[in-house]
Amino acid sequence: MRVAAPAKPIPVRSEQIIVFRICGELFAVSSASVQEVRSSDSFSGASTEIFAPGLRKVRHVVRRGDRSLFIVSGALHFDLPPSPGTLVFVLRKTRTALLVDGIEKMTAMTRLQSLPLSFCHEERQWYRGLTAIDQTVIPVVHPEGFLSPEELALLDASMPPLASRDGGNAEGTVITS
Amino acid sequence: MTVSAELELQSFVLLRLGERRFAVPASQIAELVAPSRVFTFPHRTSQIEGVILRRGRIVPVCNVAETLIGKRLTSRRLYLLAVRHYGVQTEWVALPVTGECELINAEMAAAAESDAPHVAGWLSHAGDVIEVLNIDAITPGPGQMRVEGETTDVLEARP
Repeated sequence: MRVAAPAKPIPVRSEQIIVFRICGELFAVSSASVQEVRSSDSFSGASTEIFAPGLRKVRHVVRRGDRSLFIVSGALHFDLPPSPGTLVFVLRKTRTALLVDGIEKMTAMTRLQSLPLSFCHEERQWYRGLTAIDQTVIPVVHPEGFLSPEELALLDASMPPLASRDGGNAEGTVITS
Repeated sequence: MTVSAELELQSFVLLRLGERRFAVPASQIAELVAPSRVFTFPHRTSQIEGVILRRGRIVPVCNVAETLIGKRLTSRRLYLLAVRHYGVQTEWVALPVTGECELINAEMAAAAESDAPHVAGWLSHAGDVIEVLNIDAITPGPGQMRVEGETTDVLEARP
């Protein structure tokens, strides 16, 4: 009689995420989407003020070579009470630097559920989906969801003249591959 | 009662919101569950209170009381997990209810053109005339948004 070989465990694929706080609310972002994490103090030293009508969530821009990174207040983006923010996430492959209150933890998610279709407004652009970490449901943000093409165009049009911009080249610490 | 009349009977779940009762076809009810923690996060769909975790699924909690009885529920005893259709896709939505639910068999009269979109029909039970709810109309959905190509299945995270 042959005994069936024990089933091979199926390797669970996972994605490294950073769980962060804004005004007491928890969010997650893929670690691979975060190019740098900087303190807001060090980042703001290299920034220039910007004012785009109707776009309160962006007040500063950082010039890096030919690129402009817009610092987005996470609190204002998500309609939360204004918060000064202590950390900035520079989001890879975007022109967004996200201002957050702090990092809760770095962990891995093994399941991402797409946002239920009952959610039918801007949140569909904000979130890639929802995940459960330690029996808590956390929205996983979409790095491209902080600034729409229309908002980027508005910001580009509102950029202060180059001469008045701070020439600081804010390079940061790369924390992820 | 004739055999043909019996065939017209359908099963409905009666639910209570405040002082009023409503019905939902039993075929659209997945489960009746005790209140559990509602997880909230920023969003702009005002009818959605948050989500609950049920059997590993993340289920939106949709407060329909404001639409149906004109005020938000201050107390709740159960969540009715209803099946919501989005084209060919279906999802669960949790409806908070204030009282015990009851399963009945009744014959539904079709809704009139003048009825609100959320009324699927009417039934008579124990001296009351009760609205049968159209879950697809009473809960929010993409509306004009394109739903094809979107999935609501649990996805494996990408490495």
